[in-house]
Amino acid sequence: MEPTISFFSGFTPNDLLFLGEAALRTLWISVLSISIGTVLGVFFGWILFEGKWAAALTVAPVLDIFRSVPLIIQLVLFYNFAPIVGLNLDPFASGVVILTIYTAALVANVARGGIEAVGTPMRRAARSLGMSYWQDLRHVVLPIGGRAVFPAWVGVALGVMKDSALVSVLGYVELLKASQILITRTQEPFLILSIAGAFYFALSYPISRYAASLEKRWAQ
Amino acid sequence: MFDYNFHWRPVMKNLPDLLEAALLTLQVAVLAMILGIVIGLGLALIRLHMRGPLRWLASCWVELARNTPALFQLFFFGFGLGAFGLHLSPYMIVLTGLTFNCAGYLAENFRGGFQAVPDTQLRASRSLGMTAWQAYTRIVIPQVLRIVYHPITNQMVWAVLMSSLGMLVGFRELSGETQFFASRTFRIFEYFAVTAVIYYVIVKIILLGSRLLASRLFRY
Amino acid sequence: MIQIRDLHKYFGTLHVLKGIDLDVDKGEVLSVIGASGSGKSTLLYCINGLEPIQQGSVEVDGTDVHAKGTDINKLRQQLGMVFQQWNSFPHLTALENVALAPKIVKGKSKAEAREIAAQQLKHVGLGEKLDVYPSALSGGQQQRLAIARALAMEPEYMLFDEATSALDPELVGEVLETMRMLAEEGMTMICVTHEMGFARDVSDRVAFFHQGVMEEIGPPAQIFGDAQSEHTRKFLANVR
Ligand SMILES: Nc1ncnc2c1ncn2[C@@H]1O[C@H](COP(=O)(O)OP(=O)(O)OP(=O)(O)O)[C@@H](O)[C@H]1O
Ligand SMILES: [Mg+2]
Repeated sequence: MEPTISFFSGFTPNDLLFLGEAALRTLWISVLSISIGTVLGVFFGWILFEGKWAAALTVAPVLDIFRSVPLIIQLVLFYNFAPIVGLNLDPFASGVVILTIYTAALVANVARGGIEAVGTPMRRAARSLGMSYWQDLRHVVLPIGGRAVFPAWVGVALGVMKDSALVSVLGYVELLKASQILITRTQEPFLILSIAGAFYFALSYPISRYAASLEKRWAQ
Repeated sequence: MFDYNFHWRPVMKNLPDLLEAALLTLQVAVLAMILGIVIGLGLALIRLHMRGPLRWLASCWVELARNTPALFQLFFFGFGLGAFGLHLSPYMIVLTGLTFNCAGYLAENFRGGFQAVPDTQLRASRSLGMTAWQAYTRIVIPQVLRIVYHPITNQMVWAVLMSSLGMLVGFRELSGETQFFASRTFRIFEYFAVTAVIYYVIVKIILLGSRLLASRLFRY
Repeated sequence: MIQIRDLHKYFGTLHVLKGIDLDVDKGEVLSVIGASGSGKSTLLYCINGLEPIQQGSVEVDGTDVHAKGTDINKLRQQLGMVFQQWNSFPHLTALENVALAPKIVKGKSKAEAREIAAQQLKHVGLGEKLDVYPSALSGGQQQRLAIARALAMEPEYMLFDEATSALDPELVGEVLETMRMLAEEGMTMICVTHEMGFARDVSDRVAFFHQGVMEEIGPPAQIFGDAQSEHTRKFLANVR
């Protein structure tokens, strides 16, 4: 009776493929941003720790902005700012840039906490053994501090993975955007959202449990 | 370098509207936090003290809230529930979504807080003849609140930032309102830049207020 | 008077108290000694109903602690307890620590409760520390605070569970001194302790616990000088 009935064709195997591809895009943009962002963030964290007041006046407030403004606003702002300065970035690239900086801003705090966790006496001991500054960083601070904040870093990484859903606001078809598109077409909101949710959950839950168990084990 | 003319006048003309929308943002965030604290406390106590289906439900709530994107949760309350004929207003979508999310995160904070208060505190209280209720409300919970005070502050900031997702479900809080004006005037960058500043200020006020309150509340 | 009859206590399948019979008279000071894990703390917990029992009975002034109809919160007002871990309430000042229970449990007015608290704190030598938070007190001071807190409920009995064993050696004396003072004032006390000097000098009777059984009870002179049980002699030889 309704002419649209064939359009609302229900959920097909093809749609599952569509969702799968979108899930891969979610993974891809997350992995890319988290890796670069972590490297940057550790560097910033080191600056925050060593730089003292100089860093407190420069890097710290800038990073703070990225933690105090909603990610979605950052994305829209950057996407619309890039052309103004003559950059032509597609949604994916804009998303990666912002997610990376956002990750770095969060990781910087974690990394600084890690360095602080090592404590001066231990570092003095390392230096007294004749280690150079870099050897101390590499062989003492990295393993000990890294361990102390690894669970916190996992939390940040999983957070960014989930927040990558926001890049959909720029039109990048990651998992949630794909779900939205499918829902409009198939009118199967519950089924499709369940699939999308299950994907995020299946990724996030085991990793966070693993991090929590590591934290418990290392605390002893 | 750029041949773009910034036009701030239309934004400034709408500034009162934006500030009013910011109040709506605050309102929904505060409400979600109040509900989230009450529910989160309940979830934590259930997970600590009960067995059976209720505990399982509480765990599901907490894990789903923590391991799926906030945007997914909003979508779920937005059109996922539509499958059951339940259609919430944009305001309710954001409120329920934020509450669901905050309650889940706060529940874990509360659980940690309860575990950090030694059992002996409860024993000592009971040995003085206090009822279980008195011991909890007078001795245990005040100590838990101190432990979770900082996490609650952080969660409040998150609630404000998260409420910006309202823009994607048609709720005209600060972000939604900004998008509304921006799309009418095509001054997207200008509008969102001003909004970013407003968010930043809100976050700073929350953190400052929390610090002032803490210095009055916790003298030990 | 505290009357314990054929008391059995299990933690799951672990039989921790195996038929204890014990009377403690008004005004008496009883010291309980014995190896770690012999059930001394558990005995105290069973006396004021912090742990349920599986068999037998505990009566305090004729009231059965573990009977269904007993108002346990009311009964506990008669039984002050001091624990090994000084568990002062960290979010309250010394005065508030002591005043809280008289106010909310006994329903005293705020002013009255504070007056009682100030008086008890002076009594244990903390008159100068009324408005200090526990974090600023030493372990010995916190333990005396715990004693004052229990005394503020005007209990008939005081139960001490190794009140000094978590303290640094130099702080033990001040707490024992406070306990001795209470004994001299005529307080009825059951003291689980590892301080043999205190048990010998202050108590009227000493009970020795071994693996959930009260092996021996008698005046200090008998326990310390002429113990009947092999276990008691071995234990005393080791602690000295
Ligand atoms: N809550 C509990 N659950 C299970 N077992 C317990 C519990 N409390 C005590 N026990 C066990 O009961 C036994 C007696 O414990 P209790 O604390 O009464 O010994 P104690 O004589 O006070 O020793 P200590 O000198 O170490 O304080 C021990 O074997 C202990 O492991
Ligand atoms: Mg004990």
